[in-house]
Amino acid sequence: MTSPETDERKNRIPPEQIVAVPVRHPGRWVAAAALLVLAAMLVNSLVTNPAWSWDVVWQFLFSDRVLKGLWVTIELTLLAMVIGVVLGIVVAVMRLSRNPIVSTIAWLYAWFFRGTPVLVQVIFWSYIAVLYPTLSLGIPFGPEFVYFDSNLLIPIFAGAVLGFGLNEAAYMSEIVRAGILSVDQGQTEAAEALGMTRLKILRRIVLPQAMRVIIPPTGNETISMLKTTSLASVIAVGDLFTQVQLIYGGNLKYVPLLVVASIWYLVLTSLLSIAQYFIERRYSRGAIPARQGGFLGFGRPKSGLA
Amino acid sequence: MTEPTITPMVKSEGVHKYFGRLEVLKGIDLEVMPGEVMCVIGPSGSGKSTFLRCINHLEKLTAGKLWVDGELVGYRQKGDKLHELRDNEVAAKRREIGMVFQRFNLFPHMTVCENVMEAPIQVKGVAKAKARERALALLERVGLADKPKAYPRELSGGQQQRVAIARALAMDPKLMLFDEPTSALDPELVGEVLAVMRQLAEDGMTMVVVTHEMGFAKEVGDSLVFMDGGVVVEQGSPRDVISNPQHERTKAFLGKVLT
Repeated sequence: MTSPETDERKNRIPPEQIVAVPVRHPGRWVAAAALLVLAAMLVNSLVTNPAWSWDVVWQFLFSDRVLKGLWVTIELTLLAMVIGVVLGIVVAVMRLSRNPIVSTIAWLYAWFFRGTPVLVQVIFWSYIAVLYPTLSLGIPFGPEFVYFDSNLLIPIFAGAVLGFGLNEAAYMSEIVRAGILSVDQGQTEAAEALGMTRLKILRRIVLPQAMRVIIPPTGNETISMLKTTSLASVIAVGDLFTQVQLIYGGNLKYVPLLVVASIWYLVLTSLLSIAQYFIERRYSRGAIPARQGGFLGFGRPKSGLA
Repeated sequence: MTEPTITPMVKSEGVHKYFGRLEVLKGIDLEVMPGEVMCVIGPSGSGKSTFLRCINHLEKLTAGKLWVDGELVGYRQKGDKLHELRDNEVAAKRREIGMVFQRFNLFPHMTVCENVMEAPIQVKGVAKAKARERALALLERVGLADKPKAYPRELSGGQQQRVAIARALAMDPKLMLFDEPTSALDPELVGEVLAVMRQLAEDGMTMVVVTHEMGFAKEVGDSLVFMDGGVVVEQGSPRDVISNPQHERTKAFLGKVLT
Protein backbone atom coordinates (compact mmCIF):
# COMPACT_ATOMS: atom_id res chain seq x y z
CA MET A 1 0.00 0.00 0.00
CA THR A 2 1.65 3.20 -1.09
CA SER A 3 -0.65 6.11 -0.63
CA PRO A 4 0.57 9.48 -1.80
CA GLU A 5 1.11 10.35 1.83
CA THR A 6 3.69 7.63 2.45
CA ASP A 7 5.47 8.48 -0.79
CA GLU A 8 5.77 12.00 0.38
CA ARG A 9 7.22 10.80 3.69
CA LYS A 10 9.82 8.68 1.92
CA ASN A 11 11.03 11.46 -0.32
CA ARG A 12 11.28 13.95 2.52
CA ILE A 13 14.73 15.27 3.42
CA PRO A 14 15.41 14.49 7.10
CA PRO A 15 15.69 17.62 9.23
CA GLU A 16 19.17 18.78 10.20
CA GLN A 17 19.86 17.49 13.69
CA ILE A 18 20.95 19.86 16.42
CA VAL A 19 24.64 19.72 17.22
CA ALA A 20 25.44 21.41 20.52
CA VAL A 21 28.04 21.26 23.25
CA PRO A 22 26.53 19.19 26.09
CA VAL A 23 26.37 20.62 29.59
CA ARG A 24 29.39 19.62 31.68
CA HIS A 25 28.82 17.99 35.05
CA PRO A 26 32.00 18.37 37.12
CA GLY A 27 30.08 17.50 40.29
CA ARG A 28 29.37 14.01 38.97
CA TRP A 29 33.05 13.37 38.34
CA VAL A 30 34.00 14.52 41.84
CA ALA A 31 31.34 12.33 43.45
CA ALA A 32 32.30 9.31 41.39
CA ALA A 33 35.98 9.74 42.22
CA ALA A 34 35.28 10.07 45.94
CA LEU A 35 33.12 6.94 45.98
CA LEU A 36 35.70 4.96 44.02
CA VAL A 37 38.39 5.89 46.56
CA LEU A 38 36.13 4.80 49.43
CA ALA A 39 35.34 1.52 47.65
CA ALA A 40 39.05 0.88 47.08
CA MET A 41 39.73 1.48 50.79
CA LEU A 42 37.02 -1.00 51.72
CA VAL A 43 38.32 -3.71 49.40
CA ASN A 44 41.86 -3.08 50.63
CA SER A 45 40.83 -3.56 54.25
CA LEU A 46 38.85 -6.72 53.40
CA VAL A 47 41.94 -8.21 51.78
CA THR A 48 44.68 -7.03 54.14
CA ASN A 49 43.02 -7.17 57.57
CA PRO A 50 43.82 -10.65 58.89
CA ALA A 51 40.84 -10.52 61.30
CA TRP A 52 38.52 -11.36 58.38
CA SER A 53 40.33 -14.75 58.14
CA TRP A 54 39.20 -15.57 54.65
CA ASP A 55 40.80 -18.99 54.91
CA VAL A 56 38.33 -19.87 57.70
CA VAL A 57 35.45 -18.49 55.65
CA TRP A 58 36.50 -20.70 52.75
CA GLN A 59 36.94 -23.68 55.06
CA PHE A 60 33.36 -23.48 56.35
CA LEU A 61 31.47 -22.01 53.38
CA PHE A 62 30.70 -25.44 51.93
CA SER A 63 31.03 -27.51 55.09
CA ASP A 64 28.37 -30.15 55.72
CA ARG A 65 26.96 -28.43 58.78
CA VAL A 66 26.59 -25.09 57.04
CA LEU A 67 24.97 -26.68 53.99
CA LYS A 68 22.60 -28.65 56.20
CA GLY A 69 21.65 -25.46 58.00
CA LEU A 70 21.21 -23.72 54.69
CA TRP A 71 18.75 -26.37 53.59
CA VAL A 72 16.76 -26.04 56.82
CA THR A 73 16.62 -22.27 56.29
CA ILE A 74 15.30 -22.74 52.76
CA GLU A 75 12.67 -25.24 53.89
CA LEU A 76 11.61 -23.06 56.77
CA THR A 77 11.30 -19.99 54.54
CA LEU A 78 9.34 -21.73 51.80
CA LEU A 79 6.91 -23.52 54.11
CA ALA A 80 6.33 -20.42 56.21
CA MET A 81 5.69 -18.34 53.08
CA VAL A 82 3.27 -20.92 51.68
CA ILE A 83 1.27 -20.80 54.91
CA GLY A 84 1.60 -17.02 54.96
CA VAL A 85 0.37 -16.47 51.41
CA VAL A 86 -2.47 -19.01 51.46
CA LEU A 87 -3.73 -18.00 54.88
CA GLY A 88 -3.10 -14.35 54.02
CA ILE A 89 -5.44 -14.59 51.04
CA VAL A 90 -8.07 -16.31 53.20
CA VAL A 91 -7.81 -13.65 55.91
CA ALA A 92 -7.91 -10.84 53.33
CA VAL A 93 -11.06 -12.25 51.74
CA MET A 94 -12.60 -12.73 55.20
CA ARG A 95 -11.71 -9.13 56.02
CA LEU A 96 -13.65 -7.97 52.95
CA SER A 97 -16.60 -10.23 53.74
CA ARG A 98 -20.05 -8.77 54.20
CA ASN A 99 -20.51 -10.90 57.31
CA PRO A 100 -19.51 -8.61 60.20
CA ILE A 101 -18.39 -11.47 62.45
CA VAL A 102 -16.16 -12.97 59.77
CA SER A 103 -14.56 -9.62 58.98
CA THR A 104 -14.06 -8.82 62.66
CA ILE A 105 -12.35 -12.17 63.26
CA ALA A 106 -10.04 -11.42 60.34
CA TRP A 107 -9.27 -8.03 61.81
CA LEU A 108 -8.57 -9.56 65.21
CA TYR A 109 -6.27 -12.10 63.60
CA ALA A 110 -4.17 -9.41 61.95
CA TRP A 111 -4.26 -7.33 65.11
CA PHE A 112 -2.95 -10.15 67.30
CA PHE A 113 -0.34 -11.65 65.01
CA ARG A 114 1.05 -8.30 63.95
CA GLY A 115 0.93 -7.00 67.48
CA THR A 116 3.09 -9.63 69.17
CA PRO A 117 6.78 -10.29 68.43
CA VAL A 118 7.38 -13.07 65.94
CA LEU A 119 10.04 -14.48 68.27
CA VAL A 120 7.43 -14.95 70.99
CA GLN A 121 5.09 -16.66 68.53
CA VAL A 122 7.76 -19.04 67.32
CA ILE A 123 8.73 -20.05 70.84
CA PHE A 124 5.07 -20.39 71.76
CA TRP A 125 4.26 -22.77 68.89
CA SER A 126 7.38 -24.80 69.42
CA TYR A 127 6.60 -25.35 73.08
CA ILE A 128 2.82 -25.56 72.78
CA ALA A 129 2.97 -28.94 74.46
CA VAL A 130 3.62 -27.09 77.70
CA LEU A 131 0.22 -25.41 77.42
CA TYR A 132 -1.73 -28.20 75.76
CA PRO A 133 -0.07 -31.58 76.35
CA THR A 134 -2.70 -33.34 74.25
CA LEU A 135 -4.75 -32.19 71.31
CA SER A 136 -7.95 -33.98 70.35
CA LEU A 137 -10.60 -34.04 67.69
CA GLY A 138 -14.24 -34.11 68.67
CA ILE A 139 -17.43 -32.13 69.07
CA PRO A 140 -16.80 -28.68 70.57
CA PHE A 141 -17.47 -28.82 74.31
CA GLY A 142 -18.68 -32.42 73.74
CA PRO A 143 -17.11 -35.84 73.47
CA GLU A 144 -13.64 -36.22 71.96
CA PHE A 145 -12.70 -38.98 69.57
CA VAL A 146 -9.01 -38.85 68.78
CA TYR A 147 -6.10 -37.77 70.97
CA PHE A 148 -2.68 -36.61 69.87
CA ASP A 149 0.40 -36.00 71.92
CA SER A 150 1.20 -32.36 71.14
CA ASN A 151 4.95 -33.02 71.23
CA LEU A 152 4.57 -35.60 68.50
CA LEU A 153 2.04 -33.63 66.46
CA ILE A 154 4.00 -30.39 66.51
CA PRO A 155 7.74 -31.03 66.70
CA ILE A 156 10.09 -28.08 67.03
CA PHE A 157 10.52 -27.60 63.29
CA ALA A 158 6.77 -27.59 62.63
CA GLY A 159 6.37 -25.20 65.52
CA ALA A 160 8.82 -22.82 63.89
CA VAL A 161 7.03 -23.13 60.53
CA LEU A 162 3.70 -22.40 62.20
CA GLY A 163 5.10 -19.49 64.16
CA PHE A 164 6.62 -17.80 61.14
CA GLY A 165 3.75 -18.77 58.83
CA LEU A 166 0.91 -17.54 61.03
CA ASN A 167 2.76 -14.32 61.70
CA GLU A 168 3.43 -13.84 58.01
CA ALA A 169 -0.24 -14.46 57.16
CA ALA A 170 -1.17 -11.38 59.16
CA TYR A 171 1.14 -9.19 57.07
CA MET A 172 0.24 -10.94 53.83
CA SER A 173 -3.47 -10.40 54.49
CA GLU A 174 -2.93 -6.64 54.44
CA ILE A 175 -0.90 -6.89 51.25
CA VAL A 176 -3.54 -9.04 49.56
CA ARG A 177 -6.31 -6.76 50.76
CA ALA A 178 -4.56 -3.73 49.30
CA GLY A 179 -4.18 -5.66 46.04
CA ILE A 180 -7.84 -6.61 45.89
CA LEU A 181 -8.93 -3.05 46.65
CA SER A 182 -6.67 -1.75 43.89
CA VAL A 183 -8.74 -3.53 41.23
CA ASP A 184 -11.29 -1.22 39.64
CA GLN A 185 -14.85 -1.78 40.86
CA GLY A 186 -15.98 -1.81 37.22
CA GLN A 187 -14.22 -5.15 36.78
CA THR A 188 -16.41 -6.77 39.40
CA GLU A 189 -19.51 -5.16 37.93
CA ALA A 190 -18.72 -6.35 34.44
CA ALA A 191 -18.17 -9.88 35.70
CA GLU A 192 -21.36 -9.73 37.77
CA ALA A 193 -23.30 -8.53 34.76
CA LEU A 194 -22.04 -11.58 32.87
CA GLY A 195 -23.55 -13.81 35.56
CA MET A 196 -20.33 -14.88 37.29
CA THR A 197 -20.55 -15.87 40.93
CA ARG A 198 -18.59 -14.10 43.67
CA LEU A 199 -16.00 -16.82 44.08
CA LYS A 200 -15.39 -17.06 40.34
CA ILE A 201 -15.07 -13.30 40.07
CA LEU A 202 -12.47 -13.33 42.83
CA ARG A 203 -10.50 -16.20 41.32
CA ARG A 204 -10.71 -15.35 37.63
CA ILE A 205 -11.02 -11.58 37.50
CA VAL A 206 -9.97 -9.82 40.69
CA LEU A 207 -7.06 -11.85 42.08
CA PRO A 208 -5.15 -12.14 38.79
CA GLN A 209 -5.27 -8.36 38.48
CA ALA A 210 -4.50 -7.84 42.16
CA MET A 211 -1.37 -9.96 41.69
CA ARG A 212 0.45 -7.09 40.03
CA VAL A 213 0.10 -5.12 43.22
CA ILE A 214 0.61 -8.11 45.53
CA ILE A 215 3.79 -9.61 44.09
CA PRO A 216 6.41 -6.90 44.71
CA PRO A 217 5.71 -6.61 48.45
CA THR A 218 5.41 -10.41 48.65
CA GLY A 219 8.92 -10.63 47.24
CA ASN A 220 10.03 -8.26 49.97
CA GLU A 221 8.27 -10.39 52.57
CA THR A 222 9.96 -13.55 51.31
CA ILE A 223 13.38 -11.95 51.45
CA SER A 224 12.61 -10.62 54.89
CA MET A 225 11.35 -14.05 56.00
CA LEU A 226 14.56 -15.68 54.82
CA LYS A 227 16.50 -13.59 57.31
CA THR A 228 13.85 -13.64 60.03
CA THR A 229 14.17 -17.43 60.16
CA SER A 230 17.53 -16.84 61.83
CA LEU A 231 15.46 -16.11 64.95
CA ALA A 232 14.75 -19.83 64.99
CA SER A 233 18.24 -20.28 66.38
CA VAL A 234 16.77 -19.64 69.84
CA ILE A 235 14.81 -22.88 69.61
CA ALA A 236 17.69 -24.77 68.01
CA VAL A 237 15.86 -25.74 64.85
CA GLY A 238 19.15 -26.26 63.05
CA ASP A 239 18.87 -23.50 60.46
CA LEU A 240 21.84 -21.78 58.87
CA PHE A 241 22.25 -19.28 61.66
CA THR A 242 21.98 -21.93 64.38
CA GLN A 243 24.69 -24.00 62.72
CA VAL A 244 26.97 -21.01 62.36
CA GLN A 245 26.45 -20.11 66.01
CA LEU A 246 27.21 -23.65 67.06
CA ILE A 247 30.41 -23.66 65.03
CA TYR A 248 31.74 -20.37 66.33
CA GLY A 249 30.65 -21.36 69.81
CA GLY A 250 33.20 -24.15 69.46
CA ASN A 251 36.09 -22.47 67.65
CA LEU A 252 35.45 -18.82 68.66
CA LYS A 253 35.96 -17.58 65.08
CA TYR A 254 32.97 -15.24 65.18
CA VAL A 255 33.77 -12.93 62.29
CA PRO A 256 34.51 -15.45 59.53
CA LEU A 257 31.49 -17.56 60.40
CA LEU A 258 29.17 -14.57 60.42
CA VAL A 259 30.63 -13.75 56.99
CA VAL A 260 29.81 -17.31 55.89
CA ALA A 261 26.19 -16.86 56.97
CA SER A 262 25.97 -13.44 55.32
CA ILE A 263 27.32 -14.78 52.04
CA TRP A 264 24.67 -17.49 51.94
CA TYR A 265 21.86 -15.10 52.88
CA LEU A 266 23.01 -12.77 50.10
CA VAL A 267 23.10 -15.61 47.58
CA LEU A 268 19.58 -16.69 48.51
CA THR A 269 18.11 -13.20 48.44
CA SER A 270 19.69 -12.65 45.02
CA LEU A 271 18.07 -15.83 43.73
CA LEU A 272 14.73 -14.72 45.16
CA SER A 273 15.02 -11.36 43.42
CA ILE A 274 15.56 -13.11 40.12
CA ALA A 275 12.52 -15.31 40.72
CA GLN A 276 10.48 -12.25 41.60
CA TYR A 277 11.45 -10.57 38.34
CA PHE A 278 10.08 -13.46 36.30
CA ILE A 279 6.89 -13.82 38.33
CA GLU A 280 6.21 -10.10 37.99
CA ARG A 281 6.67 -10.35 34.24
CA ARG A 282 4.20 -13.25 34.13
CA TYR A 283 1.49 -11.28 35.88
CA SER A 284 1.93 -8.03 33.99
CA ARG A 285 0.19 -9.54 30.96
CA GLY A 286 -1.92 -6.94 29.27
CA ALA A 287 -0.72 -4.22 31.60
CA ILE A 288 0.94 -1.00 30.67
CA PRO A 289 4.71 -1.62 30.62
CA ALA A 290 5.12 0.46 33.74
CA ARG A 291 8.76 0.72 34.75
CA GLN A 292 11.40 0.17 32.17
CA GLY A 293 14.20 -0.12 34.68
CA GLY A 294 16.86 -2.68 33.97
CA PHE A 295 16.80 -6.32 34.94
CA LEU A 296 15.79 -6.72 38.61
CA GLY A 297 15.13 -3.02 38.82
CA PHE A 298 18.82 -2.14 38.70
CA GLY A 299 20.10 0.44 36.32
CA ARG A 300 18.66 3.77 35.48
CA PRO A 301 14.96 3.98 34.67
CA LYS A 302 14.47 5.17 31.12
CA SER A 303 12.65 8.42 31.26
CA GLY A 304 9.03 8.10 30.25
CA LEU A 305 8.80 11.77 29.44
CA ALA A 306 10.96 11.70 26.36
CA MET B 1 -52.18 -17.24 31.98
CA THR B 2 -54.67 -17.40 29.14
CA GLU B 3 -54.25 -13.80 28.09
CA PRO B 4 -53.03 -13.49 24.53
CA THR B 5 -50.91 -10.46 25.40
CA ILE B 6 -47.15 -10.57 24.96
CA THR B 7 -45.09 -10.46 28.16
CA PRO B 8 -43.04 -7.27 28.22
CA MET B 9 -39.27 -7.86 28.33
CA VAL B 10 -38.90 -5.25 31.05
CA LYS B 11 -41.69 -4.00 33.23
CA SER B 12 -41.17 -1.61 36.08
CA GLU B 13 -43.80 -0.50 38.56
CA GLY B 14 -43.18 2.32 40.98
CA VAL B 15 -39.44 1.70 41.19
CA HIS B 16 -37.74 3.78 43.85
CA LYS B 17 -34.09 3.85 44.74
CA TYR B 18 -32.44 5.58 47.67
CA PHE B 19 -28.73 5.99 48.21
CA GLY B 20 -28.74 6.63 51.93
CA ARG B 21 -31.23 9.46 52.25
CA LEU B 22 -30.87 10.62 48.66
CA GLU B 23 -33.81 9.55 46.54
CA VAL B 24 -32.43 8.87 43.08
CA LEU B 25 -35.43 7.16 41.51
CA LYS B 26 -38.84 8.47 42.50
CA GLY B 27 -41.22 5.93 41.07
CA ILE B 28 -40.45 4.71 37.57
CA ASP B 29 -43.17 2.98 35.54
CA LEU B 30 -41.97 1.67 32.20
CA GLU B 31 -42.48 -1.19 29.79
CA VAL B 32 -40.11 -2.45 27.14
CA MET B 33 -41.59 -4.92 24.70
CA PRO B 34 -39.59 -7.74 23.10
CA GLY B 35 -37.64 -6.47 20.11
CA GLU B 36 -38.05 -2.87 21.18
CA VAL B 37 -35.16 -0.43 21.33
CA MET B 38 -35.76 2.06 24.09
CA CYS B 39 -33.46 5.03 24.44
CA VAL B 40 -33.26 6.86 27.74
CA ILE B 41 -32.02 10.44 27.77
CA GLY B 42 -31.75 13.07 30.44
CA PRO B 43 -29.28 15.29 32.27
CA SER B 44 -26.60 13.65 34.41
CA GLY B 45 -27.86 12.78 37.85
CA SER B 46 -31.35 12.19 36.51
CA GLY B 47 -31.22 8.53 37.58
CA LYS B 48 -31.16 6.96 34.12
CA SER B 49 -28.02 4.90 34.74
CA THR B 50 -29.27 3.85 38.15
CA PHE B 51 -32.50 2.62 36.62
CA LEU B 52 -30.56 0.64 34.04
CA ARG B 53 -28.47 -0.95 36.80
CA CYS B 54 -31.65 -1.88 38.66
CA ILE B 55 -32.76 -3.97 35.70
CA ASN B 56 -29.97 -6.51 36.18
CA HIS B 57 -29.89 -6.04 39.94
CA LEU B 58 -26.51 -4.34 40.11
CA GLU B 59 -28.49 -1.93 42.28
CA LYS B 60 -31.13 -3.12 44.72
CA LEU B 61 -34.52 -1.48 44.49
CA THR B 62 -35.71 0.33 47.58
CA ALA B 63 -39.36 0.12 46.61
CA GLY B 64 -41.46 -1.01 43.69
CA LYS B 65 -41.23 -4.02 41.43
CA LEU B 66 -39.30 -4.90 38.33
CA TRP B 67 -39.84 -7.84 36.00
CA VAL B 68 -37.58 -9.09 33.24
CA ASP B 69 -39.37 -11.38 30.82
CA GLY B 70 -42.13 -11.89 33.34
CA GLU B 71 -39.80 -12.83 36.21
CA LEU B 72 -39.31 -10.66 39.25
CA VAL B 73 -35.78 -9.23 39.52
CA GLY B 74 -33.91 -10.04 42.72
CA TYR B 75 -36.80 -11.67 44.56
CA ARG B 76 -39.08 -14.65 44.53
CA GLN B 77 -42.71 -14.20 45.41
CA LYS B 78 -44.27 -16.83 47.67
CA GLY B 79 -47.85 -15.95 48.53
CA ASP B 80 -47.68 -12.26 49.34
CA LYS B 81 -44.16 -12.47 50.77
CA LEU B 82 -40.98 -11.57 48.90
CA HIS B 83 -37.91 -13.73 49.38
CA GLU B 84 -34.52 -12.40 48.44
CA LEU B 85 -32.72 -14.47 45.83
CA ARG B 86 -29.40 -16.07 46.68
CA ASP B 87 -26.25 -14.70 45.06
CA ASN B 88 -26.01 -17.58 42.63
CA GLU B 89 -29.69 -17.22 41.68
CA VAL B 90 -29.15 -13.54 40.95
CA ALA B 91 -26.08 -14.49 38.92
CA ALA B 92 -28.11 -17.05 36.97
CA LYS B 93 -30.66 -14.38 35.99
CA ARG B 94 -27.96 -11.96 34.93
CA ARG B 95 -26.74 -14.43 32.31
CA GLU B 96 -29.76 -13.55 30.22
CA ILE B 97 -29.11 -9.82 30.35
CA GLY B 98 -26.11 -8.35 28.60
CA MET B 99 -24.64 -5.08 29.78
CA VAL B 100 -22.27 -2.65 28.13
CA PHE B 101 -20.61 -0.02 30.29
CA GLN B 102 -19.52 3.52 29.65
CA ARG B 103 -15.92 2.67 30.50
CA PHE B 104 -15.91 -0.73 28.69
CA ASN B 105 -14.62 -2.65 31.74
CA LEU B 106 -12.86 -5.24 29.63
CA PHE B 107 -10.67 -7.64 31.59
CA PRO B 108 -7.20 -6.18 31.01
CA HIS B 109 -5.30 -9.38 31.85
CA MET B 110 -7.01 -11.34 29.10
CA THR B 111 -6.77 -11.09 25.34
CA VAL B 112 -9.75 -9.90 23.34
CA CYS B 113 -10.72 -13.48 22.51
CA GLU B 114 -10.34 -14.62 26.13
CA ASN B 115 -12.54 -11.73 27.24
CA VAL B 116 -15.33 -12.97 25.01
CA MET B 117 -14.79 -16.64 25.93
CA GLU B 118 -14.58 -16.13 29.68
CA ALA B 119 -18.25 -16.06 30.66
CA PRO B 120 -19.48 -18.88 28.40
CA ILE B 121 -16.73 -21.15 29.75
CA GLN B 122 -16.92 -20.13 33.40
CA VAL B 123 -20.65 -19.58 33.71
CA LYS B 124 -22.26 -21.87 31.15
CA GLY B 125 -19.57 -24.54 31.08
CA VAL B 126 -19.17 -24.33 27.30
CA ALA B 127 -16.19 -26.32 25.97
CA LYS B 128 -13.14 -24.19 25.28
CA ALA B 129 -12.92 -24.95 21.55
CA LYS B 130 -16.59 -24.19 21.05
CA ALA B 131 -16.35 -20.97 23.03
CA ARG B 132 -13.38 -19.87 20.94
CA GLU B 133 -15.23 -20.60 17.71
CA ARG B 134 -18.20 -18.58 18.89
CA ALA B 135 -15.97 -15.76 20.14
CA LEU B 136 -14.26 -15.46 16.77
CA ALA B 137 -17.62 -15.37 15.03
CA LEU B 138 -18.83 -12.62 17.36
CA LEU B 139 -15.62 -10.65 16.90
CA GLU B 140 -16.17 -10.82 13.18
CA ARG B 141 -19.71 -9.58 13.68
CA VAL B 142 -18.43 -6.46 15.49
CA GLY B 143 -15.72 -5.98 12.87
CA LEU B 144 -12.73 -7.12 14.92
CA ALA B 145 -11.93 -10.45 13.31
CA ASP B 146 -8.26 -9.47 13.08
CA LYS B 147 -7.76 -8.68 16.77
CA PRO B 148 -8.45 -11.83 18.83
CA LYS B 149 -4.93 -11.97 20.29
CA ALA B 150 -4.64 -8.28 21.19
CA TYR B 151 -4.89 -7.09 24.77
CA PRO B 152 -7.55 -4.48 25.52
CA ARG B 153 -5.08 -1.66 26.15
CA GLU B 154 -3.72 -2.10 22.63
CA LEU B 155 -7.11 -1.18 21.17
CA SER B 156 -8.79 2.15 20.62
CA GLY B 157 -11.79 3.04 22.76
CA GLY B 158 -14.18 2.25 19.94
CA GLN B 159 -12.61 -1.16 19.40
CA GLN B 160 -12.70 -1.88 23.12
CA GLN B 161 -16.38 -1.02 23.31
CA ARG B 162 -17.11 -3.31 20.36
CA VAL B 163 -15.27 -6.13 22.15
CA ALA B 164 -17.41 -5.38 25.21
CA ILE B 165 -20.53 -5.76 23.06
CA ALA B 166 -19.23 -9.09 21.69
CA ARG B 167 -18.47 -10.21 25.25
CA ALA B 168 -22.05 -9.49 26.31
CA LEU B 169 -23.48 -11.19 23.21
CA ALA B 170 -21.47 -14.34 23.91
CA MET B 171 -23.94 -15.18 26.68
CA ASP B 172 -26.85 -15.09 24.20
CA PRO B 173 -28.78 -12.49 26.17
CA LYS B 174 -32.42 -11.78 25.48
CA LEU B 175 -31.98 -8.21 26.62
CA MET B 176 -29.08 -5.80 26.22
CA LEU B 177 -28.47 -2.82 28.47
CA PHE B 178 -26.21 -0.01 27.28
CA ASP B 179 -25.00 2.50 29.86
CA GLU B 180 -23.81 5.52 27.87
CA PRO B 181 -21.77 3.28 25.56
CA THR B 182 -20.26 6.13 23.54
CA SER B 183 -19.74 8.78 26.23
CA ALA B 184 -16.12 7.84 26.92
CA LEU B 185 -15.16 7.75 23.25
CA ASP B 186 -13.36 10.26 21.07
CA PRO B 187 -15.92 11.79 18.69
CA GLU B 188 -14.52 10.08 15.60
CA LEU B 189 -14.90 6.64 17.22
CA VAL B 190 -18.56 7.00 18.19
CA GLY B 191 -19.84 6.00 14.77
CA GLU B 192 -18.30 2.52 14.69
CA VAL B 193 -19.91 1.58 18.02
CA LEU B 194 -23.29 2.99 17.01
CA ALA B 195 -23.10 1.03 13.76
CA VAL B 196 -22.69 -2.23 15.69
CA MET B 197 -25.60 -1.29 17.95
CA ARG B 198 -27.74 -0.38 14.97
CA GLN B 199 -27.03 -3.79 13.40
CA LEU B 200 -27.97 -5.43 16.68
CA ALA B 201 -31.25 -3.55 16.73
CA GLU B 202 -32.00 -4.59 13.16
CA ASP B 203 -31.40 -8.21 14.17
CA GLY B 204 -34.26 -7.84 16.61
CA MET B 205 -32.44 -7.53 19.95
CA THR B 206 -34.35 -5.92 22.78
CA MET B 207 -32.28 -2.99 23.95
CA VAL B 208 -32.40 -0.32 26.62
CA VAL B 209 -29.89 2.38 25.75
CA VAL B 210 -28.94 5.23 28.04
CA THR B 211 -27.38 7.71 25.67
CA HIS B 212 -26.69 11.27 24.65
CA GLU B 213 -26.69 10.39 20.95
CA MET B 214 -29.87 12.05 19.72
CA GLY B 215 -29.26 10.93 16.15
CA PHE B 216 -29.12 7.30 17.21
CA ALA B 217 -32.20 7.68 19.41
CA LYS B 218 -34.13 9.21 16.55
CA GLU B 219 -33.12 6.74 13.86
CA VAL B 220 -32.79 3.46 15.72
CA GLY B 221 -34.94 3.89 18.82
CA ASP B 222 -38.52 2.67 18.87
CA SER B 223 -39.28 4.72 21.93
CA LEU B 224 -37.64 7.55 23.79
CA VAL B 225 -37.80 8.26 27.49
CA PHE B 226 -36.74 11.57 28.98
CA MET B 227 -35.82 11.35 32.65
CA ASP B 228 -35.06 14.19 35.02
CA GLY B 229 -34.80 14.33 38.79
CA GLY B 230 -35.55 10.63 39.22
CA VAL B 231 -38.83 10.59 37.29
CA VAL B 232 -39.90 9.90 33.73
CA VAL B 233 -40.88 13.32 32.48
CA GLU B 234 -41.93 12.35 29.02
CA GLN B 235 -41.96 9.33 26.76
CA GLY B 236 -43.14 8.49 23.30
CA SER B 237 -41.87 7.88 19.82
CA PRO B 238 -38.43 9.46 19.38
CA ARG B 239 -39.55 11.76 16.58
CA ASP B 240 -42.43 13.15 18.60
CA VAL B 241 -40.44 13.71 21.74
CA ILE B 242 -37.49 15.30 19.98
CA SER B 243 -39.35 17.46 17.49
CA ASN B 244 -42.37 18.26 19.61
CA PRO B 245 -41.58 18.04 23.32
CA GLN B 246 -44.54 18.66 25.62
CA HIS B 247 -42.80 19.56 28.87
CA GLU B 248 -40.72 22.60 29.70
CA ARG B 249 -37.92 20.47 31.16
CA THR B 250 -37.73 18.37 28.01
CA LYS B 251 -37.63 21.48 25.87
CA ALA B 252 -34.87 23.00 28.00
CA PHE B 253 -32.80 19.80 27.89
CA LEU B 254 -33.23 19.27 24.15
CA GLY B 255 -32.45 22.91 23.56
CA LYS B 256 -29.04 22.39 25.20
CA VAL B 257 -28.31 19.07 23.52
CA LEU B 258 -29.50 19.74 19.99
CA THR B 259 -27.27 22.66 19.15
